[in-house]
Amino acid sequence: MKSLLAGILGAISLAALASTASAETTLVIATVNNGDMIRMQGLTEDFTKNNPDIKLEWVTLEENVLREKVTTDIATKGGQFDVLTIGTYEVPIWGKKGWLVPLTQIDDPADLLPAIAGGLTVDGKLMASPFYGESSMVMYRTDLVEAAGEKMPEAPTWADIKRIAGKITDKDKEIYGVCLRGKAGWGENMAFITATSNSFGARWFDENWKPQFDTQEWKDTLNFYLDLMKSDGPPGASSNGFNENLALFNAGKCGMWIDATVAASFVTNPRDSTVADKVGFALAPDNGLGRRGNWLWAWSLAIPAGTQKQDAAQKFISWATSKHYTELVAGKEGWANVPPGTRTSLYANPEYAKVPFAKMTLDSINSADPTRPTVKPVPYVGVQFVAIPEFAGIATTVGQIFSAALAGEKTADEALAEAQDVTLREMTKAGYIK
Amino acid sequence: MARAVPLRRKLIFTGLAWGCGFVIFFPILWTILTSFKTEGEAVAIPPTFLFFDWTLENYGVVQERSDYLKFASNSVILALGSTLIGLLIAVPAAWAMAFAPGRRTKDLLMWMLSTKMMPPVGALIPLYLIFRDLKLLDSHIGIIMVLMLLNLPIIIWMLYTYFREIPGEILEASRMDGASIGKELIYVLAPMAVPGIASTVLLNIILAWNEAFWTLTLTTRNAAPLTQFIASYSSPEGLFWAKLSAASTMAIAPILVLGWFAQKQLVRGLTFGAVK
Repeated sequence: MKSLLAGILGAISLAALASTASAETTLVIATVNNGDMIRMQGLTEDFTKNNPDIKLEWVTLEENVLREKVTTDIATKGGQFDVLTIGTYEVPIWGKKGWLVPLTQIDDPADLLPAIAGGLTVDGKLMASPFYGESSMVMYRTDLVEAAGEKMPEAPTWADIKRIAGKITDKDKEIYGVCLRGKAGWGENMAFITATSNSFGARWFDENWKPQFDTQEWKDTLNFYLDLMKSDGPPGASSNGFNENLALFNAGKCGMWIDATVAASFVTNPRDSTVADKVGFALAPDNGLGRRGNWLWAWSLAIPAGTQKQDAAQKFISWATSKHYTELVAGKEGWANVPPGTRTSLYANPEYAKVPFAKMTLDSINSADPTRPTVKPVPYVGVQFVAIPEFAGIATTVGQIFSAALAGEKTADEALAEAQDVTLREMTKAGYIK
Repeated sequence: MARAVPLRRKLIFTGLAWGCGFVIFFPILWTILTSFKTEGEAVAIPPTFLFFDWTLENYGVVQERSDYLKFASNSVILALGSTLIGLLIAVPAAWAMAFAPGRRTKDLLMWMLSTKMMPPVGALIPLYLIFRDLKLLDSHIGIIMVLMLLNLPIIIWMLYTYFREIPGEILEASRMDGASIGKELIYVLAPMAVPGIASTVLLNIILAWNEAFWTLTLTTRNAAPLTQFIASYSSPEGLFWAKLSAASTMAIAPILVLGWFAQKQLVRGLTFGAVK
């Protein structure tokens, strides 16, 4: 009898042990392939040693592949992922649809940069926590600007950019005054052109969702962009996106490059850049209308509503976007490698202030307001995008039209008329215009 | 007697063939070369061709960051699995169509081919929902079935073409000798159609190996093949071209080697019946 009892007790103990072992939670994290995210994957031991019951599995994918996959999964409640890396465009749309779980365990949420947190908040609830934030700014060659007898203002106007670009351009030596995005895509040329249009007083839609490509402001924007690129841009600019311009700038072919602030660490890295010690930074240009031509973007971590592992996911996001994590990165890889653009405390840190592009990144982020992106009032949120589900499709088509104009296949007027027709048709079909 | 081809013409055609071959192979060669460059050299303007500091650093980084063997073994399982199941269905189907055609056989063949004309994204959401409900997301068997169905029309078409070249009288003779349909298929038809079946298998393995849309959408970790391995090294913001090239080289290497050793068989099979 005793041995039977001992046997039963033993079996119960074993079952209890087994259930403890199977209580381990595996979080599947979908993420984009960028330097900061890859770095985090190498530092997760810091999280797992304090949370031994949570195992992390990563699915790293190219941005567009990830977007398609994650969108399919969340829309069908597939439940393949427990933590998602999503952009500022998706958060307000998915948050409103109830596809995301509000974050409740974020480390010091009041410390998040207001401009970034504002774009991630839906109905007063933080739906995603920023892992890194970025704006856009002017990166320029200090040696070429000086040789042109110019001085780059800290906050240049578009007229300054045009003048300086004209003086730097030397096509015989294959040096071009300015390199800008021309490759078609809502996140490629349209990010740049939309942000630029804000500084020209243009807007995508009026208060009644009527497209505005037939206005003088859009005409000024597109004519300026096309003229600037024609006279001072590199050949084949209609195929150039972020990576192509980065390669050109690092090879010393661009006098100026207006693009994401995240590029600052690439162009100043002597391993990859031939001009690493000759780069200066300035705010994105304006036209004196109260809006600069810079955008605002953040890659953020969010929890899909379909996951069964909300608690573990909350804990992980809290760790990954905490002040402790930035200190961890700084301690292991230096302050220049800390994910930028998310927390006020980072920019108050005297050590981080020594990073050459820190101040300009913060100023750029602070000068963009996704809730009031344009000079005239608009019914939407978003600086370089319009946070409605239809935008990605419409802007990709408009991006192709503008890219064709840059390639010389149509005039600015023709491109704008076509963009107006396409957008009007799609917005009517989607029910925004009655 | 064969007509002598003038030397000049021979030289011109040989040169042209090599030129075409080089142009077609150049992107792969460039990818392989880039994988041995540093990230800085990978985007250098003007580009360097052979004279650069060769490095294995990218392969080291890729090995460290990703479980290549897991992705590669998944690719092997998916490609072989879908091909084998496809053959099991396609051989009897092609046999029936080639040797016992009905009034609608031609229409059926055309209909099967027409399923390849639909953009895959059109079936994405329904298929995803079916996979979700049947718990097939990220499973080997799920993606094997999709790849098999995707390539089935091509396998049937190819086998049908080969089988039609085989004289029906031989099969009739075997039937007269008392062979059952199964024996006729295995002992009479299959040995005669080996070149055709072999090239069909090779082509199907290559197609399944390279399929990206469904493998990227329906797999996550457990069943993720090399297409996902490559996608994890591509980035629109950041120059990781050397690492991406290293990952691509590692992903195409097995299929490149297979293609190299099987090229005679492949060409023979693909041109079988093309010239009459």
